[in-house]
Amino acid sequence: MSWTPPANTHLVDHGFMDARFKLIDLAAFLDRVQRAGQSDDYRVVQLKEAMKHLSDPEPARAKAVLMTFSDPTQEPIPAAHTQGAAGAWRAEA
Amino acid sequence: MYIEPHGHMVSRTTDDYEKLAIAGCVAICEPAFWAGFDRSSADGFYDYFRQITEYEPKRAARFGLQHYSWLCINPKEAEDLKLADDVMALIPEFLKKPNVLGIGEIGLNKNSRNELTIFEKHVQIAVDHDQLILIHTPHLEDKLKGTRLIIDALKNHSEINPGRVIIDHVEEHTIDLVLDAGFWAGMTLYPESKCSPNRAIDMLEQRQAEKIWMNSACDWGVSDPWAVPRAMLEMKKRGWSAEMIHKATYTNPATFMAQSPKFKLSV
Repeated sequence: MSWTPPANTHLVDHGFMDARFKLIDLAAFLDRVQRAGQSDDYRVVQLKEAMKHLSDPEPARAKAVLMTFSDPTQEPIPAAHTQGAAGAWRAEA
Repeated sequence: MYIEPHGHMVSRTTDDYEKLAIAGCVAICEPAFWAGFDRSSADGFYDYFRQITEYEPKRAARFGLQHYSWLCINPKEAEDLKLADDVMALIPEFLKKPNVLGIGEIGLNKNSRNELTIFEKHVQIAVDHDQLILIHTPHLEDKLKGTRLIIDALKNHSEINPGRVIIDHVEEHTIDLVLDAGFWAGMTLYPESKCSPNRAIDMLEQRQAEKIWMNSACDWGVSDPWAVPRAMLEMKKRGWSAEMIHKATYTNPATFMAQSPKFKLSV
């Protein structure tokens, strides 16, 4: 079956309120962690770095944000000492 | 009508089977996975493989749902090479079960050497037994690196047909790596991680719904067995035709899984 694009819909009407809600929640999170003196946490630092991509000119912002949080190394690690993930990469000391 | 191509129903209540049926699901596919804790021996896996090849199909059938499964030891338990070898030795026996489609969800978790070793051994089992492969890519910050390692390992294997491999849990930074290499891609709809319905639909539109499926991967964690029908509703709101919604949520997963002669939809 060949691809048929969706009918033209007003995506701003559809998604603006949701995006507005999420942006304010993000701003409030940054306020909250700053008041608590936790702005230096590496995850918050990476979050702020990732947010810079919101002003990118090309429609590849989601990818750029994800790349900011990603492990940039290429070799397998010697052994897994944990099973979970934190959401932001930090080089082992 | 749609297919749930990735759900861990051993972790869900019977009510969830009913909800899936009410929402229009006709078939659910259950990859082997981590139980939320490390199992202590291969015996635990033997019982688990029986559960997803014998018991869950019966539970699904009560609601008119077809149930298929995939077999492996999850990468989270692959750090213990002896345990992994013992579990993999069980797999050939269970590949004969009528609902087993292949090997999965294999892959990587923290991208360790042992995980990669066990991944490659699973791939060899699939090749030796002419099985489809379903691959789990790591979570969050580990996903990009793990996806690259997985693709490199598959490309280095001379007998892998990318069209018989689906690499799951792709996001915006990995989907092109997967599809451009000829593999199928899976997108998982989670409330707190992986993809939202709108992001998944964005990626479907960018790639014109080629060789992609969507799943809920509902399990014991925060997840929603209705994630796919919720995404279908969102697609409708965004102007998708009924035919294109059907392609993305029924035809695509059916096309991939029908490469196994055991996958036969009754509707």
